[in-house]
Amino acid sequence: MILQVSSSPHIRDRSSTPRLMLDVVIALIPALIASIYMFGYRAALVTAVTVGSAVLFEYISRKVMKRYNSISDYSAVVTGLLLAFNLSPTIPLYIPVIGSFIAIVIVKQMFGGIGQNFVNPALAARVILTLSYPSAMTRWAILASRAKDAGAAAVNGAAGGADLISAATPLYLLQDSGGQVTSDMPTYLHMFIGFKGGCLGEVPILALLIGIVYLVIRKTIALWTPLAFVGTVGLLTFLGGQDPLYHMLSGGLVLGAFFMATDYVTVPLTRSGRVIFGIGCGLITSLIRLFGGMTEGVSFAILFMNLLTPHIERLTTPVPFGGRAHEKQ
Amino acid sequence: MFKLGHFSGGVHPKSNKNTHFYPTRRLDDFPVVRIPMSMHIGPPCTCIVKPGDHVLVGQVIGEADTPMAVPIHSSVSGTVKSTQREVASNGRSMTVVTIESDGQHTMHPDIRPPVVENRDDFIRALRESGLVGLGGAGFPTHMKMKPPPGKEPDVLVINAAECEPYITADFRQCAEHPDEIIDGIMKVMHYMDIPLAQVGIEKNKPLAADVLEYELVKLNLSSNLQPNIKIQRLPTRYPQGAEKMLIYALTGRKVPTGGLPHDAHVLVLNVSTVRFISKYLKTGIPLIRKRVTLDGSAIQVPCNVNVPIGAPIPDVVEAAGGLHPGTKDGKVKVIMGGSMMGVALDRLEATIIKHNNAILVFGEKEADIPDETQCIRCSRCVTSCPMHLMPTMLDNMARNKDIDGLNHYHVMDCIECGSCTYVCPAKRFLVQSIRNGKSYVRQAMAKEGTKK
Repeated sequence: MILQVSSSPHIRDRSSTPRLMLDVVIALIPALIASIYMFGYRAALVTAVTVGSAVLFEYISRKVMKRYNSISDYSAVVTGLLLAFNLSPTIPLYIPVIGSFIAIVIVKQMFGGIGQNFVNPALAARVILTLSYPSAMTRWAILASRAKDAGAAAVNGAAGGADLISAATPLYLLQDSGGQVTSDMPTYLHMFIGFKGGCLGEVPILALLIGIVYLVIRKTIALWTPLAFVGTVGLLTFLGGQDPLYHMLSGGLVLGAFFMATDYVTVPLTRSGRVIFGIGCGLITSLIRLFGGMTEGVSFAILFMNLLTPHIERLTTPVPFGGRAHEKQ
Repeated sequence: MFKLGHFSGGVHPKSNKNTHFYPTRRLDDFPVVRIPMSMHIGPPCTCIVKPGDHVLVGQVIGEADTPMAVPIHSSVSGTVKSTQREVASNGRSMTVVTIESDGQHTMHPDIRPPVVENRDDFIRALRESGLVGLGGAGFPTHMKMKPPPGKEPDVLVINAAECEPYITADFRQCAEHPDEIIDGIMKVMHYMDIPLAQVGIEKNKPLAADVLEYELVKLNLSSNLQPNIKIQRLPTRYPQGAEKMLIYALTGRKVPTGGLPHDAHVLVLNVSTVRFISKYLKTGIPLIRKRVTLDGSAIQVPCNVNVPIGAPIPDVVEAAGGLHPGTKDGKVKVIMGGSMMGVALDRLEATIIKHNNAILVFGEKEADIPDETQCIRCSRCVTSCPMHLMPTMLDNMARNKDIDGLNHYHVMDCIECGSCTYVCPAKRFLVQSIRNGKSYVRQAMAKEGTKK
């Protein structure tokens, strides 16, 4: 008989890192299916290339750095999926590969791998790509066969792939019209289902919501950050004199708030910290959307708040049960 | 009178109370008992027997010469075989008295009910009985009865929460001896002059609460007594039975960090402790037996057993039905105490001690230790911590021996309940790491002390 010893506790629950990551992958699948429906095979192709290269870079970098192989924790798949969801369906296929390299090798593995990156890898990659390839990253398009649903002004002329025609994003249209929703812009329903221009994963709000419900039921994510984020955007755009619902449904807000601002690694550990994080993201997003030169600010907002995470965490360190807060020194 | 509190955090492990409905089995025939001279917090007792001595049941074999210590009694009658220094299961080196039982169980003639007229008599009697807190920590009970001036308790909290998975020893105590439990509570209230007792029981043991309430009704009908004892059903959530959480749940008071229950004017006793007090005042038989739960996947017949203190653990397991045949060649984990806070034994020579409440034997599958992976900052440890600490931060700092950081994040407030480690998806050994962190802080404090 061999006696096994270890420190207590001697029982563990069934959760595991791979299972949590797999939950996120499962939650993103409805949106992936919807975007393939919306954008055609290009969406599948862009996703496959991004996820494939992300996993490959993860494998190679772990090998080169002589660390244990970590591709089986699915975190690279999640990063790949999220990065693909931030790309336009018309993007030349070498750009996602560069994006995966930035996300996995530079942002994640060079800082120590899973749990160690200080900003969201997929978002950092998106921002770097947007700055490096501005036109390719913002050439939005929609499948010609779905165009008639997407509103007249959203679609102008043919461009991109065979049956993809270019389409402006609702936020672009909104900025163009001085913040007023006009009749030739996509309706709420179209925005909700996803008949509009935009990134792969930004578009199908309904499908994203299905995934969000799954994550909440599985208790993989808590809604503190996303609700604070979306709520702040709604409130501030309303105060700014624009249509809050239109703002909440457009751009990367839902994808960003529920899938990026809930990324475990780069948000504060404390609950109050997460609420502050969400409010901060909402504030910066609204400021960029209302006053900035760019049409969209979700990714910059989250990245900026990622950098503030350690500070928020320090400010919201909980007081122990029965204890008192530290006195200021 | 009180606003009941709900602590935040905690976890819901599978309760596995497999031994709930089986009456306790009394096991007596152990050829040898081995009694360590320290079964309490505080300095060990001085052994006053030598090899060849004949001892009787209840005879003092270890004398308590410091205020914190309590005497140790022989649990069998027979001949002392040896008195050797050994390293016990808790890592402390102490004298262990080995007694060969003559199988007669002859009671020592001096054993008679103590004469108790006032509080001083009561406290002296408790000390002479060898009583320590039977919930698990082993804090000498008589010390709890002497709060510093100004900190006299006004509530007696009885811990029958039993939030640890598997363990049902306290539940069986309630089911089998409700009369003695109520009597013990009344004795403590009387001598300690406490106007109210609150008994906390988790909701998943409704029977325990029912029998105690029924006992109170019976008492009212038979002798027209209406003691101010409230039976409270508490949410089933680990660690509901942790002292600070239980006090908060029952009184709404928070024990200040680094403090003891008397700082919140509360006296906390385990349900088995009060039952022992009642029995001791009636019979005078000191603490020589213990009810422990035997469970775990490797145990053939999970049950509660009532065994003499000092009974060797392998003998107890064998007498109660033994291990599953398949597990004897494989890997097993023998845990003294519960699955969340118990100690995994590294040798089988250990014996049943006073504050032991369970022996769990896990088979190969449960004994397996998961591989530790990198923290993904999911914050589950933070939300599950009943003490509102940040376990993953402490883990990091302990591994880096960052004393200032450990202090800043209140490492010493950790109650080592294991909730953080239980929920960790990266399977990190957070509690182990925090324990290391605590010892670094203690070392640093000792160093600081010698400098000054």
